[in-house]
Amino acid sequence: MNENRHWPLYEVFVRARGGLDHKHVGSLHAADARMAIDHARDLYTRREEGVSIWVVRSTDITASDPREADSLFEPARDKIYRHPTFYDIPDEVKTL
Amino acid sequence: MYTQGLDVQGASAAEGAKEACASDERFQARVDAEEKIEPKDWMPARYRSTLVRQISQHAHSEIVGMLPEGNWITRAPTLLRKSILIAKVQDEAGHGAYLYSAAETLGVSRDQLIDQLLSGKAKYSSIFNYPTPTWADVGAIGWLVDGAAIMNQIPLCRCSYGPYARAMVRVCREESFHQRQGYDIMLQLARGTAEQKCMAQEALNRWWWPALMMFGPPDAASTHGTESHRWKIKRFSNDELRQKFVDFTVPQAEFLGLTLPDPKLRWNEAEQRHEFGAIDWDEFDRVLKGHGPCNAERLAARRNAHTEGAWVREAAMAYADKQRARALRIGEAR
Repeated sequence: MNENRHWPLYEVFVRARGGLDHKHVGSLHAADARMAIDHARDLYTRREEGVSIWVVRSTDITASDPREADSLFEPARDKIYRHPTFYDIPDEVKTL
Repeated sequence: MYTQGLDVQGASAAEGAKEACASDERFQARVDAEEKIEPKDWMPARYRSTLVRQISQHAHSEIVGMLPEGNWITRAPTLLRKSILIAKVQDEAGHGAYLYSAAETLGVSRDQLIDQLLSGKAKYSSIFNYPTPTWADVGAIGWLVDGAAIMNQIPLCRCSYGPYARAMVRVCREESFHQRQGYDIMLQLARGTAEQKCMAQEALNRWWWPALMMFGPPDAASTHGTESHRWKIKRFSNDELRQKFVDFTVPQAEFLGLTLPDPKLRWNEAEQRHEFGAIDWDEFDRVLKGHGPCNAERLAARRNAHTEGAWVREAAMAYADKQRARALRIGEAR
């Protein structure tokens, strides 16, 4: 088999139970998405850890660069007025 | 699931010395602050190579570890025991897969790792080069080998490298079943006929010392401990974990009415710990270097599985290609 004939890597996301988000649980190799789902079932839900599985080719994920984390997230840092606790409301005012 | 203090053949100490000092310091500060290091974060080259070696050795151990017990799947004494053993061995395959994935996040491919195992270049835990001649060996492995593994692995759940730590959390969650099913087998044999009890004792005699070796060389002889400690890959020393394992296991053996094969084993009241006899480190080195009772057999089994399975991997890929091409044609026709 030549290099590009190897099974590609898939990232696996599992919904633990109804009402929860799918959460990244790990990765695996599979020939195609269908097989990735089957492998994910065997690999990540052997003890009923999930009710739904998503798989996505690892190469299809675009991630932010940790070296740019500061400049990426800094703009949110000084906007404390976005949090409800920023506002000092008199005790007399109820249900607010 | 099995790890071993194998990190003995590291790269040269000079490697990484050229790393920018500032980055090193920043990295160490993050580690000291108990922050997790993630795949795309900057890390010293030696941190990366140490992790690749340790995680892949760990993964190989899981995969090879299926063989000694797999030997008994077709001959388990009852259907329930067979089902349990299949589930246990399947877990080991899963643990190997989690760990290979974790290693891959460090920039090494699965195929490189498998090649290293099959070529005999990579090491795996020495424990799997011992044979399993009786059903009681399956019990002894679960109780002692998985027990020692748990002792090694629980601290790894707090390892500084995120993907490894997360894989270990998953592994440890599943590990307790392995140890308990093993002890359950031993308990049943120990409470059985004189012949069954004898079988359990003989298996214990076979696995006790190799299980103690699983914690790796004694601290005095271990050269890589300090760095791994500093990077919070390793949290406890080999000897600390080994002592804890002995202290936990002695009463469990007593309950079974079995004797640990060590005439020097005794309780030290002053130090509140068990003293135990000297471990045969020559045997450990021999097995690690490939001269254990089953090294050749284990590697041959892995190589055979890889070669015999090649057509399945290729066929699956060809099928996937065909499906993709068909989907593309249908798309174009619309």
